[in-house]
Amino acid sequence: MAIKTLLEAIRDALAEEMRRDERVFVLGEDVGRRGGVFRVTQGLIDEFGPARVLDTPLAESLIVGAAIGAAAYGLRPVAEIQFADFIHPAMDQIINEAAKIRYRSNGAWGCPIVVRAPYGGGVHGALYHSQSVEALFYHVPGLKIVAPATPYDAKGLLKAAIRDPDPVLFFEHKKAYRSVRGEVPDEDYVLPIGKADVKRAGEHLTVITYGYNVHLCLEAAERLSREEGIEAEVIDLRTLLPIDRETILASAKKTGRVMISHEDTKTGGIGAELAAIIAEEALFYLDAPIVRVAPPDVHPMPFNGRLEAAFMPTVEQQYTAMRDLARL
Amino acid sequence: MENRHAALGLTDSDVLAMYEKMLLTRLLDERAWALNRMGKAHFLVSCQGHEAAQVGAAWALRPGIDWLLPYYRDLGVVLAIGMTPRDYLLALLARAEDPHSGGRQMPSHWSYPPLNIFTGSSPVGTQVPQAAGVAYAAKLRGDDAVVYVSFGEGTASQGDVHEGMNFAAVHKLPVIFFCQNNRYAISVPQSLQMAVDDLADRAAGYGFPGKVVDGMDVLEVYGAMREAVDRARRGEGPTLIEAKVYRLTPHSSDDDDRTYRAREEVEEWKQRDGVTKIRAYLMALGLLTEEADQALRRRLLDEIDAAVAYAEAAADPEPSDLVRHVYAE
Ligand SMILES: Cc1ncc(C[n+]2csc(CCOP(=O)(O)OP(=O)(O)O)c2C)c(N)n1
Ligand SMILES: [Mg+2]
Repeated sequence: MAIKTLLEAIRDALAEEMRRDERVFVLGEDVGRRGGVFRVTQGLIDEFGPARVLDTPLAESLIVGAAIGAAAYGLRPVAEIQFADFIHPAMDQIINEAAKIRYRSNGAWGCPIVVRAPYGGGVHGALYHSQSVEALFYHVPGLKIVAPATPYDAKGLLKAAIRDPDPVLFFEHKKAYRSVRGEVPDEDYVLPIGKADVKRAGEHLTVITYGYNVHLCLEAAERLSREEGIEAEVIDLRTLLPIDRETILASAKKTGRVMISHEDTKTGGIGAELAAIIAEEALFYLDAPIVRVAPPDVHPMPFNGRLEAAFMPTVEQQYTAMRDLARL
Repeated sequence: MENRHAALGLTDSDVLAMYEKMLLTRLLDERAWALNRMGKAHFLVSCQGHEAAQVGAAWALRPGIDWLLPYYRDLGVVLAIGMTPRDYLLALLARAEDPHSGGRQMPSHWSYPPLNIFTGSSPVGTQVPQAAGVAYAAKLRGDDAVVYVSFGEGTASQGDVHEGMNFAAVHKLPVIFFCQNNRYAISVPQSLQMAVDDLADRAAGYGFPGKVVDGMDVLEVYGAMREAVDRARRGEGPTLIEAKVYRLTPHSSDDDDRTYRAREEVEEWKQRDGVTKIRAYLMALGLLTEEADQALRRRLLDEIDAAVAYAEAAADPEPSDLVRHVYAE
């Protein structure tokens, strides 16, 4: 076991998969010589060469479209969108193409691509380097969406994504890249896509979250335990699509109180679907209304520090919402 | 009349076979219209007027080795590369056995892995970056596959077309960009689509050759395509071929082209029909007689009749098929 940052765990997963399978290659803007603007792909070009660590032209639709074509030919492309905020030019290639290729060919073709994208705020990224875009894709059958919170999960899930026969969007929280560390085994391992992880067991309420917010919720839960003796069960979704209904429903039924927390804005966010699932399948187990903790419906997020802070979820916010829900 | 095909390395029987595919394409397209007007086929896109361009292009490709990302008008391309009238009709009638999509997509949304025909969609132009990706993969693997990708002149206005061409140019990828310029994108004329006469001019801006050909002349198209394919296979990169064609029918079975095209214009282009042209050529060279042509026609119509009967009798998909193949099973 070694202690790694989230970013290092992702880089290790890429390098190990490229070593294991020569069909795997990465493509995107600045991923080669520069090693990515966040340095995720640093060093890969030295080991694997510029043909497998491909600096593409500055054209997102091309990045995803070419990945789709290469996958059709039998390769396993891992495309990087430099910031999730710039994924929109590739929307058509992701939604109308990648997601539908298996369905529209009646199973004759597949689309085993991974699209990695750094997302999320709290890094002075302003309006176009801070967005969470997962909800825009959440409605699309045929896609898988992964958003890991820890280095261990990130590595195991990225390997699973690369080996997956279907298109996977892999969202990496920018603030977590270097601030989140954790133990990562040296040996090869893969984590199942579609399985949530109970990051903290508890009996009084359920907190469902993902991404960087997992860490805010865990910190709030520890404080709540210390100060109030309230034990929150914190579920890290890890995979947003397909969602792990069993884990969510089992916990909701057990605690009877559910809080959903994400950094993405509230309306039409992942939380809306989670709330609907719980309302449909576990309503009579609930002792209190479902609570959603999410930023207001504004554009994430202003450059000004005070405005950015006003947008970003905080430990305090999670703490208060959990405590209030437990007391209801 | 002088023999033009020998110089292209084509035998007499090659040209007869090309004519046969063109005629088959025309007759099958005509049958599709009949089935539509009888209320049996909900929708079709027609390729009449494009047959020479399509068969000429496909003739330079190796079935099962080279890759194709054809667009919806490419009936002649897929027939020439090895698909059958039965395949087409199963899709036209959206039967379970439709090899392209199992009745999920509109007709003419081709897909067939055994012939390296990659699945296509309706949003125009998306196939172009994908074609570049296929070619990149082939090059990375050291294979000599060549990639054919086609689109209309209207579609050339899409950003994806630019992105795909530029990437293919940067890496000298083995792609043939085959534009079938029929002067209209539904009703919008070329003059409102671009400010140049020849789309092929754009190739210079990417750094590869662009060539205009008479898309009503199957031999001329084949010659240009052969050259482009050889160039691609030598590792010298892509070519843009612009085949000037004319759509002799409305855009689709739901279109009425009388609202935007003068009948005189359509009649004028019918005089230049590529199918008639190659037939006249074969007859002038003594390679085809009136009787042989009639016999061929009857044989093709019999084949189409049998395929129609088969497709009409074929089963619909089961309602339970609706939820299959969203993800790998
Ligand atoms: C992205 C997109 N926009 C609009 C359409 C609707 N549409 C289908 S075909 C077509 C015209 C295409 O013209 P062109 O590229 O010249 O090809 P042609 O049909 O003339 O062969 C349009 C507008 C579409 N299918 N996709
Ligand atoms: Mg056109």
